[in-house]
Amino acid sequence: MFEAFEYEFMRNALAAGILASVACGVIGSFVVLNRIVFLSAGIAHAAYGGIGLGFFFGFNPVIGAVGFSLAAALGMGVAQRRTGQRADTLIGVMWAIGMALGVILVDRTAGYKTDLMSYLFGSILTVPSGDLVIMLVLDVVIIIGTGLLYKELLAISFDENHAVVQRVPVTAIYLVFVCMIALTVVMLMRVVGLILLIALLTMPAAISALFVRDMRRMMVVAGLVGAAFTSAGLWLSYTFNIASGATIILLTAAVFLVCLVVRRGLNA
Amino acid sequence: MTTDGTEAPVLTVSGMSAGYGDETVLEKINLVLNRRDFVGLIGPNGGGKTTLLKVLLGLVQPTAGEVRINGLAPGPARDQIGYVPQAVDADRRFPIGVKDVVIMGCLATRGLFHAYTREDREAVDRMLDELELQDVRDRRFGDLSGGQQQRVLIARALVADPQILLLDEPTASVDIKVRENVYDLLSRLNERMTILLVTHDMGVISSYVKTVGCLNRELHYHGKKEITTQMLEDAYHCPVDLIAHGIPHRVLSDHDHAH
Repeated sequence: MFEAFEYEFMRNALAAGILASVACGVIGSFVVLNRIVFLSAGIAHAAYGGIGLGFFFGFNPVIGAVGFSLAAALGMGVAQRRTGQRADTLIGVMWAIGMALGVILVDRTAGYKTDLMSYLFGSILTVPSGDLVIMLVLDVVIIIGTGLLYKELLAISFDENHAVVQRVPVTAIYLVFVCMIALTVVMLMRVVGLILLIALLTMPAAISALFVRDMRRMMVVAGLVGAAFTSAGLWLSYTFNIASGATIILLTAAVFLVCLVVRRGLNA
Repeated sequence: MTTDGTEAPVLTVSGMSAGYGDETVLEKINLVLNRRDFVGLIGPNGGGKTTLLKVLLGLVQPTAGEVRINGLAPGPARDQIGYVPQAVDADRRFPIGVKDVVIMGCLATRGLFHAYTREDREAVDRMLDELELQDVRDRRFGDLSGGQQQRVLIARALVADPQILLLDEPTASVDIKVRENVYDLLSRLNERMTILLVTHDMGVISSYVKTVGCLNRELHYHGKKEITTQMLEDAYHCPVDLIAHGIPHRVLSDHDHAH
């Protein structure tokens, strides 16, 4: 089973999966606990507008995606903080605006768009070494950011009112956090594409949450679970010659469902 | 008003009104708390109990009047106040241990980018001992009983050593036996700090608090132990026999015990 990894593209794919899983474990855990899966999915889809911009003006679509997902994250983050209950409407609107913009821009771009599908459904097999360096840097940024704000992030996730009473600058920290979601989203886009990435962001954390009782451990376990599934999914997709992103997602989902049932059984 | 004596009051609220948008929730509130007061404010839901606590915590700005806590405005005075919410929003499976909840009481003291110190952790251990939570210190918060969770939240409020303790419906989610324990604990804490609690449940506060008031948009507080029918009628705007139903007799008859 290891002969597949004699190829550089497979080694790069494996590394990309593991690097993305680190961000997933850290950020996905907070996304799940704060119940902002919808907002995260919105950021992911709005990033498509940036990809369209890149295509249209002929620069690297990943840069466009970073810019758009950060802007979307801030817009949605502010909507979430300011409008409370009705925020999901605004987030849904921003989600759709980003995608619509992307569709039109890509449509108006002359030429053959080979790459397009890879942003929608992932292209882990074509990750160049240079992108791995970018992913590593993003991981470091996310880990340092989370480390510096850990006690505040935990406090906000657990009991926001109390965090306010304790003079935690809740809104500012929340906006930093949604920006870290945006960076994670761009990394995951490489691995499973922006349509499917929400599953990879949340499922390892959700699986981890079923079995651990401590936040730090939840992040570590979620990262390991994510790395295991992206690696295993990659190997399956290579062996059976099926789409890698979708294979990773279905494998993770299958294990997640089994874990839910097992957990039910343990509790009963 | 109870301004008996030499010591300056811990907390003074004078002519304070507050609300949200056009809606006035609290009107011309006057309240003075002295050291080691133990005040229970009763009022119906929507009567402004939580808003009053939010004003004292500096989370809601009053539209009129003034609040002073040891001479400071509520925001800067937050270090001196411990706050115990009614309950925590997080779900039962939230992966957080008891010690990690209690140490959050030190957030304001440490501030951004500063880790909790060893003193913080020692203070947490002391608090857990004092509140008889040492056996559950390593458990997950969500796995505790309602009464234990309440005590953990009290420990969190106490860990930064405040002078005033504010409690919002401290026994709303626990059974009667646990209630007694919580109030015993509060009586003990009252030996070293001022306590203000708000509740809609008049039955529970009478035998422990030192003084009682009624809050429903306006505050009816005379620094007395017993609630008079007049106070209740003023606060609830309806004849007292309608609301006194179900109140244990001791609330209205405690007066006799005192003599």
